[in-house]
Amino acid sequence: MKKKIVVTIIILVCFILQCTVFRSLAFGGIIPNLMIILTSSFGFMRGDREGLIIGFFCGLLCDIFYGDILGFYALMCMYIGFVNGKFSRIFYPEDIKLPIALIVVSDLTYGIVCYILQFLLRGKFDFPFYFTRVILPEAVYTIMVTIILYPLILKINERLEVKERRSEQKFV
Amino acid sequence: MSPIVKRKGERFTLPGKYLLFVLTIVCCVMMLLTFGTDLFNRPLNTAVGYVVVPFQQGISRAGEWLSNRSEELVEIRSLLEENTSLKEQVAELTEQNTILQQEKYELNNLRKLFELDDQYSDYEKVGARIISRDSGNWYSNFTIDKGYDDGLSVDMNVIAGGGLVGRISSVGPNWAKVTSIISDGSNVSGAVLATGDKLMVSGDLKLMADGVISFSQLLDSEGKVAAGDKVVTSNISDKYLPNILIGYIHTLSQDANNLTKSGYITPAVDFEHLDEVLVITQLKQQINEEEALE
Repeated sequence: MKKKIVVTIIILVCFILQCTVFRSLAFGGIIPNLMIILTSSFGFMRGDREGLIIGFFCGLLCDIFYGDILGFYALMCMYIGFVNGKFSRIFYPEDIKLPIALIVVSDLTYGIVCYILQFLLRGKFDFPFYFTRVILPEAVYTIMVTIILYPLILKINERLEVKERRSEQKFV
Repeated sequence: MSPIVKRKGERFTLPGKYLLFVLTIVCCVMMLLTFGTDLFNRPLNTAVGYVVVPFQQGISRAGEWLSNRSEELVEIRSLLEENTSLKEQVAELTEQNTILQQEKYELNNLRKLFELDDQYSDYEKVGARIISRDSGNWYSNFTIDKGYDDGLSVDMNVIAGGGLVGRISSVGPNWAKVTSIISDGSNVSGAVLATGDKLMVSGDLKLMADGVISFSQLLDSEGKVAAGDKVVTSNISDKYLPNILIGYIHTLSQDANNLTKSGYITPAVDFEHLDEVLVITQLKQQINEEEALE
């Protein structure tokens, strides 16, 4: 229960930061995607099930505020969380290479899927432009934020897991 | 044994892939439902309105306060110098003002002759503050801090600094989402003020960095439209009130079909430094009904 509350607060804080603070820290109008960082890091830290639930709620929040139809971002983030969760078996907290690689790939996939479904289908074929002006800068900015944010998420997750283990031991 | 069957003494949890399947269907159903209706919008908008919006308001207020204070410190010295020179200007300007007032009287008379209403000063407006901007990088929509509790509703026009900003596309109790005219995929039916020729203004992500928006389908048979002409919302638009300034024609060129023209418009609003907007609390439809009654 406590875990759920903590994760909910983290999601809300990240969403609010993304829409307010990072908007004024935007480089060339590009903001990092904190929702992807959250979704994929919880995915590979806690497994596919929690990854997809957290992804679903992260996406839903974006949908309610800025989506045209409800469920689009939720669906996409959910799958990103699920796929990242599959990597939880080869995840070690000490290693930062895998998380960064996964988050970059997730963000690029997110950007490309967004482009295909929202722009390519409307007849905007200039993929190099959109890739170099939106998708790639977003991924780069997201890595930079990941380097700061990821250790924090890792710490919070470790604390939560320690408490879970303790409460499990009590029942045994 | 099937993984979803509950064993004795074990807490029931749905495995990941089944949950993924269920939620995928939920998402698809939601997308289909919200594509045509706004069934979920009201309850969800209300819920997030009470959870997220107060924080957004607080943070954007705090951020604004901080940036204002830092600006103040920088500007105090230059302000003192400016003050003396401004005092001299005040004297000059009072003199000019009297001349201008005479001209304004003249202008009003000419406007009546031109049968152009006194811009949009007769619409009722509500001021609102922008509290957050789009969470992605593809569109440039934003959220304002007033909602249906303040009398706003979907499709109301939003203006700032005398120009069109966009319209409300989703509304909660204390927030509303504004779709701006520079956002990719938004279209506004406009008209060139001088000649009355209709055109279509559409936002484009590609042009955003250049600070222009594109227009197309301008049927300028007499070739009178030139760069610098005012473009306003047209009276045939079904969502936008007529005669709201959109911007000025930047460049225009003949289309390949030799019938229509297209080009770019410089918007009248500075979208990058937008903080406060005005919402016109009058809908296009209401006007039509009144006209129909008359």
